[in-house]
Amino acid sequence: MILSGAQIVWECLVREGVEVVFGYPGGCILPVYDAMLDYPVRHVLVRHEQGAAHMADGYARASGRVGVAIATSGPGATNLTTGIATAMLDSVPTVFITGQVPSALLGSDAFQETDVTGITLPITKHNALVTRVEDLARTLREAFVIARSGRPGPVLVDVCKDVQQARTHLDWPPEVRLPGLQMPPPPRPADLERAAELVAQARQPVILAGRGVIESGAGELLRSFAERTGTPVAATLLGLGGFPASHPLALGMLGMHGEAYVNRAVQRADLLLAFGMRFDDRVTGNLRNFAPQARKVHVELDASEVGKNVPVDVAIVADLRATLAAVLALVPEQRHEEWLAEIDTGRHETRGRDILHQPDDGRLHAAHVIRGLWEATRGEAVVVTDVGQHQMWEAQYYAHERPRTLITSGGLGTMGFALPAAIGARLARPEAEVWVVAGDGGFQMTQAELATLQQERLDVKIAVVNNGYLGMVRQWQEFFYDKRYAATPLLSPDFALLAGAYGIPAETVSARGDVAAALERARRRPGPALVEFRVEQEQAVYPMVPAGAALDAMIRRPAAQEVRA
Amino acid sequence: MKHTLVARVQDEPGVLNRVASLFRRRAFNIDSLTVGQSESEHWSRLTLVVDTARVPARLVEANLRKLVPVAEVQDVTHLPTVERDLALVRVACAAEERSELADLVAIFRGRIVDVAADSVIVEVTGDLEKVDGLVELLRPRGIREMVRTGKVCLLRGAAAAPAAAGA
Repeated sequence: MILSGAQIVWECLVREGVEVVFGYPGGCILPVYDAMLDYPVRHVLVRHEQGAAHMADGYARASGRVGVAIATSGPGATNLTTGIATAMLDSVPTVFITGQVPSALLGSDAFQETDVTGITLPITKHNALVTRVEDLARTLREAFVIARSGRPGPVLVDVCKDVQQARTHLDWPPEVRLPGLQMPPPPRPADLERAAELVAQARQPVILAGRGVIESGAGELLRSFAERTGTPVAATLLGLGGFPASHPLALGMLGMHGEAYVNRAVQRADLLLAFGMRFDDRVTGNLRNFAPQARKVHVELDASEVGKNVPVDVAIVADLRATLAAVLALVPEQRHEEWLAEIDTGRHETRGRDILHQPDDGRLHAAHVIRGLWEATRGEAVVVTDVGQHQMWEAQYYAHERPRTLITSGGLGTMGFALPAAIGARLARPEAEVWVVAGDGGFQMTQAELATLQQERLDVKIAVVNNGYLGMVRQWQEFFYDKRYAATPLLSPDFALLAGAYGIPAETVSARGDVAAALERARRRPGPALVEFRVEQEQAVYPMVPAGAALDAMIRRPAAQEVRA
Repeated sequence: MKHTLVARVQDEPGVLNRVASLFRRRAFNIDSLTVGQSESEHWSRLTLVVDTARVPARLVEANLRKLVPVAEVQDVTHLPTVERDLALVRVACAAEERSELADLVAIFRGRIVDVAADSVIVEVTGDLEKVDGLVELLRPRGIREMVRTGKVCLLRGAAAAPAAAGA
């Protein structure tokens, strides 16, 4: 079959099972766009290439399949980079295809030329520049294999314009041989036995569940393991949903904004079982006194993450699902009544401080919005959050029962992520109810994608939590910069009017009593809808572990009587 | 301490850039990095000497393995190897000092390979310590210019490093 390079691009995408791509055309990618019309792939036209990258990312996180974004050379490609870095830090399988100037012009500073493989080298799992059409099919095939293999990640393929125009015989290799792409071997029996021994000896164990639980599909096995060994499960932000929040052994999120009883449990544990997580600084607090008494077992696919931040007693570099399946037969049945009772005491004390349990004084807090959303959707929506205070409140107040129901930028913390990522998630999961939860700051970074949402007629609901500040930065200024609010007060448009301009129905809520009804109205509308919640302006996310402090040295949420009048 | 890592990498454009970028962004300290032809046409051999005071060699190795064009990595620090570094040193040398300098250099199995009116170029090949030793002896005489290749090595005995096995 003789095809043009442009046709080969689509032929390859179809063979990979790609049904939707997100992109923006331009000069150096025009041949690919021209060929697109002949292939059964849906193209979503974005308003900015950053949006395309986040959409591909959201699509991948929601489905587990590879997300694909396309952009032209130069500014098209550089606009992708924030989204590529976001996918890199959170290990999201994505493929980015960019147009490049004709190969004869490479290095000449031609119009819209940038060294895209150079720029994206540190923020991709792998990238490649294609200068010969004969290499195109193999390179794209390899891109997909690399993106989803092992610890997943973004791969970028930069395709010269003349390659898109040249014709060749399609040579698509079903199998690719990449000697550098080594799958870790199955877990070693000796390591499994040692880990099982530590589990048998433990009196105060805690499981730390990360995104690896979700990526490896180990949720069910994690549950069996936790139940058999009586071990409570704390989750990283990206691990939420990997273990059902309603389970009696579920602790919720640990780390900088983890509940006090969770962080205390981690600090007092005698055994930490770290499953598919990387001991990020937002999770550990100060490394010098992180879980000082605990022995540590780390199961992680990426050998370069083992021993990077925290020394461990047993390192198992292997697939988590395979490891749990094998270790389950080796661990004894256990109950840790005293330990769980101790944790529960803290849990009850925390409840007393919870904003939800304080009398209704008419004030609307972000927590009320999140809890209202959880109640309205019975905890079953796919929630896509932006970055900041609302993101942490979502993690605290929306109890996720299932994997891939929370989509959020963890490692890079990319503001502007939510709306485009939700568009991707919606296309990946047409059966699911998809909600954006964004702050007034982050939402404005990519709000142009409202047009994309409407053009594609996608049913995405949006909650903008507006506190009139760049809230998380304001909170740091409040705690650590003497309340000097430099550049954090934020003027926003009337978000309901803005949505209206795009033809998206919207309303504004500022009283606690109106939350449920407004959410219900939005849910019942066919197609997109937006609700702006004008919440208390100077609320802080509690508890908070100050950067560099020990995990249990938290700034606590004020108890009920201390809440400011 | 210093660790020596040997890697087999695909001979393709940009592979050295990938390795250099990795070391830069992870703040790994490289003492020397050499890349050159291996026994196989499509593969280059990379020899790295890294300072592992801050980051253990195992992590450097694990990070290198994550680069797709890197097929294999072996830490040969504690294995018996034949190692070589080559230095060319332009050292100040008056005509009447040449024979004395030649004698000194000969002790290190080096030789004078070029002569100018007031300087000579000394060539020496050997393990790092030997080359270091000669360089230190030459330094007081006035080293005007120097280039060293950095360390390369092969495992002793019949066993090839795994780095060559799949080639």
